[in-house]
Amino acid sequence: MTQSAATTAPAAPLIKPKTSKDDRIMAGFILVISLYLLVTLAFPLYAMLSKSFSTYAFDLTNFEFQVNTGDGWSEPFSAAAQNEKIQKFKPEDLVTSSDGRLAPTDLFPDFSFRSPTLYKLRQVRGDTSFLFKTDRIDDTDWHEYNSNDFRRIVIRASADTGLDNFRTYFSTPALFRSIENSLFIAFLSTIITVSLAFGFAYAINRSTMRFKGLFRLIAMIPILVPSLLPGIALVYLFGNQGMIKGLLFGESIYGPIGIVIGSVFFTFPHALIIITTALAISDGRLYEAATALRTSRWRTFWTVTIPGARYGLISAAFVVFNLVITDFGLPKVIGGQYNMLAVDIYKQVIGQQNFEMGAVVSVVLLIPALLAFSIDRYVQKKQVAQLSARSVPFSPKPHKQFDRICLGYCTLVAIFIVGLIAVCQYAALIKFWPYNLSLSLVNYNFKVMDGGGWDSYINSIQLGLYTALAGTIVVFVGAYMVEKTNGFFATRSSFQFLAMMPMAIPGMVLGLAYIFFFNNPDNPLNGIYGTLAIMVICTVTHFYTVSHLTAVTALKQMDREFESVAASLKQPFHKVLSKVTVPVCLPSILDISIYLFVNAMTTVSAVIFLYSPDTTLASVAVLNMDDAGDVAPAAAMGMMIFYTNVGARLIHQFVSRNLVRRTQAWRGT
Amino acid sequence: MLKKLIKKSSLAACVAGVSMLAMSQSTLAVDLTVYTAVEAEDLARYAETFNKDHPDINIKWVRDSTGIVTAKLLAEKNNPQADVVWGLAATSLLLMKSEGMLEPYKPKGVEKLDKKFVDSGAVPSWVGMDAWVASVCYNTVEAAKHGLKPPKTWTDLLKPMYKGHLIMPNPNSSGTGFLDVSSWLQMFGKEQGGWDFMDRLHKNIARYTHSGSKPCKLAAAGEIPIGISFAFRGAKSKAQGAPLEIIVPAEGVGWDMEATAIIAGTSNQKAAQTLVDWSITRKANEMYNTGYAVVAMPGVAKPVEHFPPNLLDKMIDNDFEWAANNRKKILTEWLKRYDSKSDAK
Repeated sequence: MTQSAATTAPAAPLIKPKTSKDDRIMAGFILVISLYLLVTLAFPLYAMLSKSFSTYAFDLTNFEFQVNTGDGWSEPFSAAAQNEKIQKFKPEDLVTSSDGRLAPTDLFPDFSFRSPTLYKLRQVRGDTSFLFKTDRIDDTDWHEYNSNDFRRIVIRASADTGLDNFRTYFSTPALFRSIENSLFIAFLSTIITVSLAFGFAYAINRSTMRFKGLFRLIAMIPILVPSLLPGIALVYLFGNQGMIKGLLFGESIYGPIGIVIGSVFFTFPHALIIITTALAISDGRLYEAATALRTSRWRTFWTVTIPGARYGLISAAFVVFNLVITDFGLPKVIGGQYNMLAVDIYKQVIGQQNFEMGAVVSVVLLIPALLAFSIDRYVQKKQVAQLSARSVPFSPKPHKQFDRICLGYCTLVAIFIVGLIAVCQYAALIKFWPYNLSLSLVNYNFKVMDGGGWDSYINSIQLGLYTALAGTIVVFVGAYMVEKTNGFFATRSSFQFLAMMPMAIPGMVLGLAYIFFFNNPDNPLNGIYGTLAIMVICTVTHFYTVSHLTAVTALKQMDREFESVAASLKQPFHKVLSKVTVPVCLPSILDISIYLFVNAMTTVSAVIFLYSPDTTLASVAVLNMDDAGDVAPAAAMGMMIFYTNVGARLIHQFVSRNLVRRTQAWRGT
Repeated sequence: MLKKLIKKSSLAACVAGVSMLAMSQSTLAVDLTVYTAVEAEDLARYAETFNKDHPDINIKWVRDSTGIVTAKLLAEKNNPQADVVWGLAATSLLLMKSEGMLEPYKPKGVEKLDKKFVDSGAVPSWVGMDAWVASVCYNTVEAAKHGLKPPKTWTDLLKPMYKGHLIMPNPNSSGTGFLDVSSWLQMFGKEQGGWDFMDRLHKNIARYTHSGSKPCKLAAAGEIPIGISFAFRGAKSKAQGAPLEIIVPAEGVGWDMEATAIIAGTSNQKAAQTLVDWSITRKANEMYNTGYAVVAMPGVAKPVEHFPPNLLDKMIDNDFEWAANNRKKILTEWLKRYDSKSDAK
């Protein structure tokens, strides 16, 4: 605990009280932030997990009958005994959900509603109920019915815990086939995206073509729009009334084709960033050696370039895989009949109010996401060792033909990206596609559509700003505590683990977990349910990992000597933090806040279960308007998000350039 | 000068008095939290008309689509936030009734309503407002391009010429989809006939949508020429200028109603009852009639523009009790038969 004090000053006892007070405060901070992650991540996930084990089944031992066929009432007998006798229901037939109903007449093979037989029915324990017509009867008295009324009785299921939900899931082909579909789409999209992004990154890094800066900018566009926007563009391009539907040769865009094209669009920048970084760190000396040995370009590519970038490629692949398999907006818009896991969660919860099955699908979806995440972590750890201090950056030499190919390729990709966005903007301005192609702004009259109107746009901006503000503070303080404190090794490493978790948790799963956790009357935090606050918390948590890593990287650049010197000068840690650390890390802090803002504007999956009528969001409005069939207004709102994010980026650029000039002058010298 | 001052001050006093009066009135006013699935554009009008008679009750709307409002109410089962539900599908209210979430109440004048629109309990748990009725939206322009003839009956839709030109909502996510399926089962046979019909219909369906209004909007936009949806939506799209014909199949059409109920555990019992009382008055029914052709009070409804004239006669005698109590079974069976990739097309 006093290790640094001991190393910096021999007169340790003198300084000790000061540092240990600091340490205590910092320990307090770590605890608060760890608690934050526990409450916003671990507890909700636990609540969801336990929900997936909460089952409903018909408890036949809980119901007793008496029958009177005209010669007096029989002895009471239980429904379970009757079932045993006639061998009607197997145990698996009795598993259901909270809205399951079972008609007791099924237990009487010779039942006829015309017969004069009288029936009595009662519940043994008062923990469930039965319905007569639609009236609920939950007492434990005997109730008598003639046979015509008896057929209008249904008994309800009682709650239990167990694995039954999972059994039901895996015995429903329509449900578990989604696993196969999701994996297939994710694999295919990953392969295509990574190849395309690699080509693009290769062209930018290894050629001397023109317009590199422009291409870089264009490639980042998809980050600025919700993932479902490409889906809407594809409908206008390849739908039955599409502009160029002929290109699909009669195939339907609704289904795997649409999902894959859209997925490639929205994951492209994520893959590109990682691969560009990987290519940029390749060692130029290896290429010099290859040229000296007169190795062909082709051979150099396979023996030097690919192995050098392999960790980046693997990492990009897993990131893309995870993004695609957990995305919900795109398959919902263009998936047609093709079921995917993320959409199933939505269908179970919103369509059937079957929260338990929603939780089961969430658990299933978590598995591939967690797997991809842990492999990626493992690979990334290895990559660090590959860098050497003596590496020389590679600088490409002009090669006319190669440059021309690169330019052509990048232009094609750029046309794809800009094209989809332009189609959305065009569609938003058309009065009534395809019958009235005059330009108008009617589609911007959001008030008369589902989704919350312009208010939702304002709400989204608020969410973005609050998320950026609160998130940046929480993330940076958290990273600071992990990076710069002494001791508390166990707390710090468990915090580090918690901070990495959100990347593996699909947004929908997190959102659903928040319902279970926060919408519980026993939860003291129940009050934030349905407010903007819960969405801010959810969004910050959802995007915690990348922000945390950015902050940690920035902090790692700073020598720990600063803290040691401050300690020896008897300066409290917060003075170093505010006077030195924060100003030095300012560019990264701004990056974190713009990252959080942009994502809060575009995210759908994390907030789809959490918004309330007062807190509708623009991104959710895009989804809901498309869902209601108002596709053009959905495109219009999507483009509003795009322009807002572009604006935010420009402001970010302007602010950071000015601030950098003021705070980062030391870097230049 | 003095006069002016007196005038001024008396005016000020007047203003103060009025504003105090207004304040005292607003403090007396009750806030009612009302959950609803009524179209957003109608809500302000509903509240305004109600407030003309009851200015002391202030409605706080919580609006979303039927599925989401139902999910929300069920999620809040042990911690209800709503006082009243005004304008939610009867099927959803039946589900809530079976959970014991509704407070039975016999509103004044309930005997004037069509019996179909009142819950069968001795003290009704809910009362209906209006009906929304299934219909087929038929895009004449696109259909002509494909050489289709307008269908007259549900069984017409089974003809091979409609293959791939038909779209309908998924009953697992849409209330409209469920009322279609439950009506076919009631018309063509609950055990066998209905499923046979859907087996054959499934071959013609291009895909199933999540929401009930989307098929009609897609038909209006020409994306798919024929959308199985509901009449209200079709009339609206037609009013917007879409080349639509709203077809009511001859066998009859399914329907569900929007209904009103008091949530058990409300702390504003009296205001809630006032609202429910008002919600079944003639005035309220006339108000529903501006959008819906069929309302709970007989003799009130006037024809609504763009609605097919024979709609009323074609509404089936819907057995809500059967539909509600078999919902789970029907949806499971539907899922098994149609909602998986290998079976599609």
